[in-house]
Amino acid sequence: MKDVELKMLERAKELLANGEVARVVGWKKGDFCYDPSPAVFETVEELDEFVYDYFCGANLSKYLINICKKEGKTAVFLKPCDTYSFNQLVKEHRINRENVYVIAVECMAKLDIEKMKAQGAEFVMGVEVVDKEVKAFSPYGEKTFYKPDVVLTKCATCEKTHQVKDEEIILHERPARDVNRFAEVEALEAMTEDERFAFWRSQLSKCIRCNACRNVCPACSCVKCVFDNPNSGVAAKANDDKFEEQLFHIIRAFHVAGRCTDCGECSRVCPQNIPLHLLNRKYIKDIDGLYGEYQAGETADGKTPLTSYTEADAEPKDVFGEVK
Amino acid sequence: MLKISKERLNELYEKISEIRCLYIPIKKAGEVNYAVWGEGKEVSLETLKTVKSPKSAFFPQSENLMKFKTEGKNIEIVDVREKLGEKIDERPLVLFGVKACDYKAIEVLDKVFLSDPVDTYYQMRRESTTIVTLACGKPEESCFCKAFGIDATAPQGDVTTWLDENNLYWQANTEKGEALTALVKDLLVEGGEAEVAAQQEAVKVIIDNLPFSNLDLSKFKPENLNELFDAPEWEEMSEACLGCGTCTFVCPTCQCFDIRDVKTRDGIIRFRCWDSCMYSDFTLMAHGNSRTTQMQRFRQRFMHKLVYYPSQNDGLYSCVGCGRCVNKCPQKLNIVKVVKKLGGKAND
Amino acid sequence: MIEETLIPKVGVITDIRKDTPDVKTFRVVGTDGKKLFKHMPGQCAMVSIPGVGECMFSITSSPTNEEYMEFSIKKCGCVTEVLHALEVGAQVTVRGPYGKNFPVEGDFKGKDLLFIAGGIGLAPLRSVINYVRHYRENYGKVVIVYGARSKDDLVDIEEIQTEWVNEPNTEVYLTIDRPQEGWDGHVGFVPAYVKELGLNPNMTAVLCGPPIMIKFTLAGLLELGFDKSRVYTTLELRMKCGVGKCGRCNVGDKFVCKDGPVFRMTELDELPDEY
Repeated sequence: MKDVELKMLERAKELLANGEVARVVGWKKGDFCYDPSPAVFETVEELDEFVYDYFCGANLSKYLINICKKEGKTAVFLKPCDTYSFNQLVKEHRINRENVYVIAVECMAKLDIEKMKAQGAEFVMGVEVVDKEVKAFSPYGEKTFYKPDVVLTKCATCEKTHQVKDEEIILHERPARDVNRFAEVEALEAMTEDERFAFWRSQLSKCIRCNACRNVCPACSCVKCVFDNPNSGVAAKANDDKFEEQLFHIIRAFHVAGRCTDCGECSRVCPQNIPLHLLNRKYIKDIDGLYGEYQAGETADGKTPLTSYTEADAEPKDVFGEVK
Repeated sequence: MLKISKERLNELYEKISEIRCLYIPIKKAGEVNYAVWGEGKEVSLETLKTVKSPKSAFFPQSENLMKFKTEGKNIEIVDVREKLGEKIDERPLVLFGVKACDYKAIEVLDKVFLSDPVDTYYQMRRESTTIVTLACGKPEESCFCKAFGIDATAPQGDVTTWLDENNLYWQANTEKGEALTALVKDLLVEGGEAEVAAQQEAVKVIIDNLPFSNLDLSKFKPENLNELFDAPEWEEMSEACLGCGTCTFVCPTCQCFDIRDVKTRDGIIRFRCWDSCMYSDFTLMAHGNSRTTQMQRFRQRFMHKLVYYPSQNDGLYSCVGCGRCVNKCPQKLNIVKVVKKLGGKAND
Repeated sequence: MIEETLIPKVGVITDIRKDTPDVKTFRVVGTDGKKLFKHMPGQCAMVSIPGVGECMFSITSSPTNEEYMEFSIKKCGCVTEVLHALEVGAQVTVRGPYGKNFPVEGDFKGKDLLFIAGGIGLAPLRSVINYVRHYRENYGKVVIVYGARSKDDLVDIEEIQTEWVNEPNTEVYLTIDRPQEGWDGHVGFVPAYVKELGLNPNMTAVLCGPPIMIKFTLAGLLELGFDKSRVYTTLELRMKCGVGKCGRCNVGDKFVCKDGPVFRMTELDELPDEY
């Protein structure tokens, strides 16, 4: 990972120094090893704070909606899954592609400090990752974790590869993976209706309506969200009742269906750790089943199953059975 | 000092719940939040930082203020406070397991809601509540209550408790605390001074060595208001801010609210709910918005905590160093980074 | 019912006057026919239509009016739109009074007073002007400069032309932005007019109107030699509670609902520029 970081830093410096770009979007160091923030660097000096490590999980693509409107070109580092969000935003005309210089970078699955803490990590002051082993250092000593147990949920089942290759790519050896990202959805589908309802009730009742899932979501790029619009009749800042918690998340999942690239940011940012990605993944699975396999964000152009009509499209009866 | 063995805590909760509503950290669907205790609930006293702070006991995320019944042109206003119990419980509350930072935060909220004119909704709950605090046994790296002069090993409250592997130690501080002690006296036995003293000593060493314990706040004074407001660093600090309400809603001192009406079959309900100065429509008026950029909104939140509020309240900061924002901000922006960037140095 | 500031009183609209194409003045009393509560000039009240919303408005009528309260309201948002559609006899809810008033019993006493208003900005000034007229002997000379986009946009023009102009030791100057048929008065923007009039800088001035008018008028007054500590204005920000708790109208260490809306220009200078 360190070699990738060094290459990235080197490229960022070059691009800024020779004026090819006006700014670089990346991550900057935090106070601990695990809290880097997305950041915009405009000078070589500012790059002193640059970092790229196992905790740079944030998807930077959505920031480009606003940043690409600024004067000059913007370089951005995109992890494999971020490139899907980027393509999707380009496709939806939210990002001006010509103003962006993409440097695709290897990911190698990011770590989740909350999972590490839940598994007994205390006072983590540094980590070392070797293959599937994560060593966490703290004043209380050293603790070793099995990496798949402590990666971000979004990374646990990720098989994504870079979809933007036009500019440059910083690769690294990547272990082959054999994962089924629909396993959790299948488990939910196998439940009875009551069990499933109970599962979502207990999860969604934790929601504090902070809107982090919506605000981080690259597919939620509406200039004014219906839930913020006082004239919409559904604007709300708190869950008025039990129904509303579900309403908000289900409407949001519907709205991003067919456009959600499964970047998993919604679950990463949720302060109550609600597995929101499962709602989106259910729709992805259904779309795959009804219209043939489709991965949003694989390309920045082309037709999408929910916004194009073919005579072979699924009919309601294909989903709900014959209506009597 | 009194004590009760850890194994018997359920009996304690049961006893309190007989006549009081016990609001205590409970784990549900993987997360720990304050909730009403009941048989079979998984209490997690050790959890240092519940996701939501105990402020929701007095200032729930949403609460009905009044009801309007309209008939033709006529309006009738119905006070719905007698039905406040719907939101929590009608029995007087016992808020149990409050950490020192969260207890201090209640003082911060009191200065807002109990200052003239008193907010009677808050007051009703606040005054009928007995607060049982719990000293911290294992502060973590994101804790910085010491920077605000808070002693996590000796929180105040009506009753102060300490927890170790074996026992919960109990000390009543006020009349309300004595009353609660009398209620559960059959479960408590004398003793524990030495254990508590030993724990306090050990925890103080940990606190002294926490990375943010000596966060320097000296720059954040009313006389620096305009200098801090105009600092060019806000732009850079707020760049990654998503404009979500996570920091606000997990914060124990954030108290901004919205008032809205909702039409129901049984009349129009006027309710209030938590709001966030981070939201783009917070200051939106029909003819304009005084804070149009996320930078301005970001700045408002931190300026309010570190400068505006202290300037209105004899220097008391509206941050208690609980570290929830440090843990929960989706993009890892937080008040510590702001303090450091604007001139305060952390001794780490 | 426990006394609670957030719980309003029911008010009945007893009269509606259409002042301009988008401003109406509503007369409100309690359900018992009496005035809802006492207030001082410059103070505000929360008026609401249940189910629609609640908004802060300045009380336009003078405290010396013991019978009713009046609110001059411009149609510009959700609540005001519905208010404008109401008819006499309709009920609304009112709570207040909120905020600090103009120092009519303090610094204004014995002073020559200059009132400068633009458009709907006359609403809070009407209260203080009529208060001053009522206790005329307590104050010196009164000069009123009032401008609007057109003659049709001058609020309360009838009261101004029949009563204010005839008040002793009082000068009234009206202006509209652009020439208009049937208008033989002054034409031009308020800030320019104020400078043209060459007003005595020893007066205590009160400004109220759109931010841009305030900005340029203030600059003009300072040029004429006015002292900032004797220039007052009112601020308007989004409000929900009215009592300094909901956090919305916070600017620096002030809450506009509680510490304002009336501010001296010197006080505003100390506040961060975010209003």
